[in-house]
Amino acid sequence: MKIPMSWLNDYTDISGITPEEYNHALTMTGSKVEGVENIGDEVQNVVTAKILSVEQHPDADKLKVCQVDTGSETIQIITGADNVKPGQIVPVALDGAILPGGMKIKKGKLRGLPSNGMMCSYEEIGMTKEDFPDAEYGILILDENLPLGKDIREVFGLDENIVEFEITSNRPDCLSVIGLARETAVTFDRPFNVKVPEVKGVDGDINDYIKIDVKDTEICKRYSAKVIKNVKIGPSPKWMVDRLKACGIRSINNIVDITNYVLLEYGQPMHAFDLSFLEGAQINVRRAEDGEEMVTLDGEQRKLDSSMLVICDAKKPVAVAGVMGGENSEVKDDTKTILFESANFFGTSVRRTAQKLGLRTESSARYEKGLDPNNTEPALLRACELVEMLGCGEVVGGWIDINNAENKENRIPFDSDKINSFLGCDVSRDDMIKSLTALGFTFDGDDVISPSFRADVEGFADVAEEVVRIFGYDKIPSTLMRSETVAAVKTRSQKAEDKIKNILTACGMYEIITYSFTNPNLFDKLCVPADSILRNVVKISNPLGEENSIMRTTGLSSMMETLARNANFKASDAKLFELAKIYLPVDGELLPNEEQEIVLGMFGGCDFYDLKGIVEALLDGMNVSKCRFVPLTDDPTFHPGRAAALMIGNKQAGVLGQIHPQVCDNYGMSGEVYAAQISFEAILEAAADEKQYKPLPKYPAVVRDLAILADENVLAADVEEIIKKKSKNLFAGLVLFDVYQGKQVPEGKKSMAYSLTLQSDEKTLTDEDTSKTVQEILDALKDKLGAELR
Amino acid sequence: MKQQLLKIAEEAKNVLSAATTAAELEDARVRFLGKKGELTAVLRGMGQLSAEERPVIGQVANEVRGQIEELIENKKTAVLAAERTAKLASEKIDVTMAGKKPTLGKRHPLTTVLDEVKEIFIGMGFSIAEGPEVELDYYNFEALNIPKDHPARDTQDSFYISDSVVLRSQTSPVQVRVMEQQKPPLRIISPGRVYRSDAVDATHSPVFHQIEGLVVDKGITMADLKGTLETFLKTLYGPEAKIRLRPHHFPFTEPSAEVDVSCFVCGGKGCRVCKGEGFIEILGAGMVHPKVLERCGIDPNVYSGFAFGLGLERVVMRRMNIDDLRLFYDNDLRFLKQF
Repeated sequence: MKIPMSWLNDYTDISGITPEEYNHALTMTGSKVEGVENIGDEVQNVVTAKILSVEQHPDADKLKVCQVDTGSETIQIITGADNVKPGQIVPVALDGAILPGGMKIKKGKLRGLPSNGMMCSYEEIGMTKEDFPDAEYGILILDENLPLGKDIREVFGLDENIVEFEITSNRPDCLSVIGLARETAVTFDRPFNVKVPEVKGVDGDINDYIKIDVKDTEICKRYSAKVIKNVKIGPSPKWMVDRLKACGIRSINNIVDITNYVLLEYGQPMHAFDLSFLEGAQINVRRAEDGEEMVTLDGEQRKLDSSMLVICDAKKPVAVAGVMGGENSEVKDDTKTILFESANFFGTSVRRTAQKLGLRTESSARYEKGLDPNNTEPALLRACELVEMLGCGEVVGGWIDINNAENKENRIPFDSDKINSFLGCDVSRDDMIKSLTALGFTFDGDDVISPSFRADVEGFADVAEEVVRIFGYDKIPSTLMRSETVAAVKTRSQKAEDKIKNILTACGMYEIITYSFTNPNLFDKLCVPADSILRNVVKISNPLGEENSIMRTTGLSSMMETLARNANFKASDAKLFELAKIYLPVDGELLPNEEQEIVLGMFGGCDFYDLKGIVEALLDGMNVSKCRFVPLTDDPTFHPGRAAALMIGNKQAGVLGQIHPQVCDNYGMSGEVYAAQISFEAILEAAADEKQYKPLPKYPAVVRDLAILADENVLAADVEEIIKKKSKNLFAGLVLFDVYQGKQVPEGKKSMAYSLTLQSDEKTLTDEDTSKTVQEILDALKDKLGAELR
Repeated sequence: MKQQLLKIAEEAKNVLSAATTAAELEDARVRFLGKKGELTAVLRGMGQLSAEERPVIGQVANEVRGQIEELIENKKTAVLAAERTAKLASEKIDVTMAGKKPTLGKRHPLTTVLDEVKEIFIGMGFSIAEGPEVELDYYNFEALNIPKDHPARDTQDSFYISDSVVLRSQTSPVQVRVMEQQKPPLRIISPGRVYRSDAVDATHSPVFHQIEGLVVDKGITMADLKGTLETFLKTLYGPEAKIRLRPHHFPFTEPSAEVDVSCFVCGGKGCRVCKGEGFIEILGAGMVHPKVLERCGIDPNVYSGFAFGLGLERVVMRRMNIDDLRLFYDNDLRFLKQF
């Protein structure tokens, strides 16, 4: 909301306060100032002057040489404009003048003749066509009665500080000059005066002009009206036009301007109806019928429904209550009799109506925050006072006031000690009473009573806020809590997340963070079977777009997109991970299960075993034992020969492998891409938090190399399981150091070279001990897998 | 014979002083002291000497042997040192060449700063609370004093799953869940993802992260809120950071404040970054609204508390001078590798 400071000065005293001081002080008491703008700052050293003579430039057809009286001297100005004549008063930018946009005017010569300034058009002094609808093209010709040498800012009211406030939604009372004048007065400890408007009035009785019936008293809490006769529609005086303009409102005519002026000054929306267009001389305030239509003041046809409140005459709607008037009853140039409406409508209803119509107005923006029903009367009187002040009509006697507002007094026990101990401050009881009184609160015994325009003040905490914002947030001391200490440790799960990130970054992986909603087409892109449970998703009913319309049930798609993006950015390789939330719907529950998936993804200079190595490092780092990798041949997302399921115990805890080339195609990637998805919850469940010390070996270990010849389809995991099992308690390590197929190895066979370490806790192993164990291993390998020593 | 011995001594001295390598020293030892060496050869003739001469010559011979051994020993130390020096010189490498770096990944910048924030609050006795992102409307709005039709619901355009389920638009519902489940004293922060229906641009994202804090206990004051935030922000931004509380309005706190921190660029003098104000708005805070406490079964006449919330992305952007929020979610490696 923008307000000229001079208008605030009508109700309080702002003398001696600089814009900077004002800006800071009001912000610190809760009326945030976005800025103070002075349009006059941009126009300096421009004065009124009279043209004495106009002659043709001897050396230029299009230039004229003028002698101009600036009040203190006569100067010569060369101009290209052709609408100048002797005797005219014009704005002249003198030597050293500054114009909007930072242009500086300096003495100079034009085609050999000195020019000591510039005559200005309205645009050159920062005005618009709207300010001078009748001005001809060229130099702005001013009123011939203006004195010479007068600063143009004074002539046009440009020398004005305009404050822009950002008002919070709980303070509709501050969407007005009076409300902000009150805040200003309290902030600077200055007087605050609002007089009751004085209306002389003439004979007559409003009831002879109009009958008003409020049918819906739920939404229309109060409807107050007065009638003005013998209206003379015309332009508003300059001071009113200037103030409206400063607040961003265009002048229309005196009556409409008065309604807007009162809206700004009192924060009470007003409307003026041309009484001659109200059929049946009546107003009915009712809900619209479904399908009813009307044309609003902006010329738009509006479809109404029964949730909306409308102001009607005997037959038709003439205004959408609290939002906008109708074209059919608009005040026109020949309007003779008007009805001023000053009403109170239920905020939520106005807000919904404005939303449905897509029409937010100065009026609806105020109503929707909840206005004070007690404000309709003073605003209505102020409008009448202005009518008489402007001499644009006669105020008919009497008024209609249908008041259904419950005027409940809001009493709150006032306990200054409690307020101080809540704030941690030391404000004296007298200072509290002084601030609250200045804000319009009253006291009765041990209670404080909030004013009717402060519906936001409901209880103790609200009163405390009033006290502290005037006392000053900057004066609140800084203390630390004295309460008993609460144990602060991360949960097991939070620690596990940290550890996982540590391990994966140590493995050279970069963490990514991606959106958790995604595109439903991802399942097709990942070649997920049509009947997969993954396709059961949480859907967003109002998504930004199809591509962000479901909550993900897999983190793999975001990983694939990120890998593809990096490939597009010409990354030669990438190793990424994400701890991705996934959202799994649960039958019969409103909320899905939210789980975390550890997603790994990589491409460039890596193979399956690089990926598997990182997974193994992760499992090792998290102290997860009893895990196996089982070939996974039927997951369509992965390469059928290069994928594995990670089993922890008997449960599948994840998958890893090369992404199927079809899936890579779907994401626009070529080459080999590897990815893994591991359940965070499964890792957390299996992770051993603490390990027990085992005594260091006392006896030397024996290393035996075993070259085993096996069928090429025999799995290393099976060979290793047998070796481990048969080594019994002597097992101390096993490394597969070479796998060979080719010459010297029969067709269909492979040679696997293992290095086996055996060690006893009880004694130094003899050759005999070792050979016995090795023989048992070899027998078992032959028996179970048909594998032999080479 | 004595003359012979002294001559050997003299000769050995000359040979040894000329020796520069370990091999020459060894040659000299063999020549003079070895079993077939010159000194041994002379001593073999000792048998022909008279009984009086024998001990005299024997003493001389021992002296000569001692002298030569000592010479060899001294020379050896010097020669070995010289040889090592020469070897080291020949082993010189270009230490300015690149090292063999193990590839180390990095955390996402949002995680890095969030971790730091968590550490600060854990140090102040706060635990970390978590809650669902797909949340009941009740927890996201109603329990926070934002009933249906409250204007605040418009400004926080939310994603809905159904009438009663919403993607949380703030992490405050976690606070409500904690207050319902645990008894005061409470000290928690709840960091996490939140969702608002904003189109993506340089400063907006439909998904972003918030960190909210909550303290509830007997005798918690607004001064405690100020002290806690001051400690937090000074730890995060350095001891010179100043904070400023300004009155504001939130439905779930009363009194409410917006909290500014002195501009990191100009330190409070006013510059382009802070638009001349010297301060930058960083978080919202306030005393927990009595209605919110009541709804969670906490008696506002006995307990009081404060809450605060800040946007993680904004903190990281300011801190790392990142001008486009989209970079966080693009996960371009050229970006991720910078932190």
